[in-house]
Amino acid sequence: MTKRGEAERLISRVLGPAGRELTCEQCFAELDRYAELSLAGADADRQVPGMRAHLEGCPACAEDLGSLLALLNEQQQPG
Amino acid sequence: MPLATMETPTETPRPCRAVLSHAAVAESRRWLDRLSSTGSERERAVAELRTLLLRAARFELARRPEIGAEREDLAQQSANDALLAVLGKLGEFRGESRFTTWAYKFALLEAGVKARRRAWHGREVPLEDTTGPLLIDARASAHAPAETTDLLAALRDEINGCLSERQRVVLIAVTLNDVPIDVLSERLGSTRGALYKTLHDARRKLRAALAERGFELDLNGWEES
Repeated sequence: MTKRGEAERLISRVLGPAGRELTCEQCFAELDRYAELSLAGADADRQVPGMRAHLEGCPACAEDLGSLLALLNEQQQPG
Repeated sequence: MPLATMETPTETPRPCRAVLSHAAVAESRRWLDRLSSTGSERERAVAELRTLLLRAARFELARRPEIGAEREDLAQQSANDALLAVLGKLGEFRGESRFTTWAYKFALLEAGVKARRRAWHGREVPLEDTTGPLLIDARASAHAPAETTDLLAALRDEINGCLSERQRVVLIAVTLNDVPIDVLSERLGSTRGALYKTLHDARRKLRAALAERGFELDLNGWEES
């Protein structure tokens, strides 16, 4: 990891996503649909505009999606 | 939940049910019918739903090594709270995912929030923090190129200058001090959504202030004009 990389990451964290984004409430409402679209290989970001930007700016919501994807993935495993 | 006023996308292409099989749609329908029925059929469905939610809560908590002996207690509490939430929001299920996926997210949310708060239990959350902007200098500027150093300096100035106290507290806690937003919301007596709105507004102010100073910001980097 370069020092420049560290500085950029820090600035990105502080400034967050530039695009329009969903709120936390809207993100939670769409979480299950977004997760299933992602797992099905569909274009989830196009189907749910503003979701990607919100996930980049909100670590808690991103963590919730990660958990849901992990759980669904585990259930798809054979056995 | 408070109504959101954040600027949000207006176009949401729908529907997306193409990814759901007929069997999955029928299974969701069965869940809804059984949970909306009465008597022993509903009791069985509620018991099955709780088992499913408990499995999700245990899954979430097992991913968090920082949670120790109280893991099973937290899982049970999470399953109970999620069960109440799911039963209270059945009318909000739109059928755009499997019912079980929709239900799981409530259990994962409950378990995740409880785990984050438990991990921070007893830890101080600095709410009058003046070290955040200094952290920017210490962490990043020593070896950064000149244009980055300029941006960092401007960012530090604007955090101190253009934000309200509340915006500064939330921004510094969440983005510089890694305080989970659910922990912060508990300490401030607020909600995740309300605090994220505060953070969003603070970021917008900072971006505008930096643009006024001549920095061109985009998603992947920035240039000083």
